[in-house]
Amino acid sequence: MHELSLSSAIVATVEKHATGRRVTLEFYFEFVARGSVCEGATLEQELIAPALRCTPCGREWTLEEPIFRCPSCGGSEVTVAAGNEFEVESIEVEEEACIAPR
Amino acid sequence: MHRTKVTVVEEALDANNTIAAANRMDFDRAGVKVVNFMSAPGAGKTTLLEAVAASLPDVRVGVLEGDVQGSLDADRLAALHIPVVQLNTDSGFGGECHLDANMVRSAIPALPLDEIDLLIVENVGNLVCPAEFRIGEDARIMVSSVTEGEDKPLKYPLMFRTCELVLVNKIDLLAHLDFDLDRLLYNVDQVHPDVERMLVSARTGEGIDAWRDWLARIAVGEAVTV
Repeated sequence: MHELSLSSAIVATVEKHATGRRVTLEFYFEFVARGSVCEGATLEQELIAPALRCTPCGREWTLEEPIFRCPSCGGSEVTVAAGNEFEVESIEVEEEACIAPR
Repeated sequence: MHRTKVTVVEEALDANNTIAAANRMDFDRAGVKVVNFMSAPGAGKTTLLEAVAASLPDVRVGVLEGDVQGSLDADRLAALHIPVVQLNTDSGFGGECHLDANMVRSAIPALPLDEIDLLIVENVGNLVCPAEFRIGEDARIMVSSVTEGEDKPLKYPLMFRTCELVLVNKIDLLAHLDFDLDRLLYNVDQVHPDVERMLVSARTGEGIDAWRDWLARIAVGEAVTV
């Protein structure tokens, strides 16, 4: 169900930007894509490694386990520097070829 | 036909967050604070609400009850003579496993916002999806009961990270379980350092006064906001 909801969110974002043009993507989410502009599309995913940053001491590290205390100073003021992204970065759409008038 | 790449760069959950912001404006306009109340199924959300919903000093509480199906929980809370609105999610794919901003929006017309100060939204029992979807709340509370195991923060980190208060429920059962409470609290702290935690038992009433006070502070806008 989780993946279904998130796939639906992706499809909704793509639909907004495709404005009626057919989309080319790559993915298993064909199921939610059926009947939408994403039908037949495949999804290319870029996974971003989660990175954290400690505000007080400036230490940056890559998250391997879900431990959000700073390994250097033990501080709790930690921000997610990367890895929270859940973005539709770009879409590929099919358009009628533009034929220059003679 | 030719293919064109169009740059989008948009958060896939923006649509939900936009509706959540609209919900929040409606709640703010009505002077109603909103709590998103989440846990796994069976952690004791409804019993915890029964313990406090009708006894908050000078705070009128209403409940929006989210369930896949039926109104069993809503019926229990309606017995407290507080406004309760049922929201069922069973219309698609065998039942959505969480409430999203749009579902909550659809319930707003049925909510007596003029008659309440605090709306508690009891989410669908689930430690995964509800954490992803904002609904326009001021604060999030999650319940972890001691029968669920000490490892849950490490297995469902987002849920434990996105809440402002963790209620550890069913502590009256500790004597009967091989449950390491210190280990659970340590794991909570690893995942969400310094998050507020309370040990409670909806059954015996232990810790309930402190939780009621926390809700009362939310209701007057004193406590944390999201």
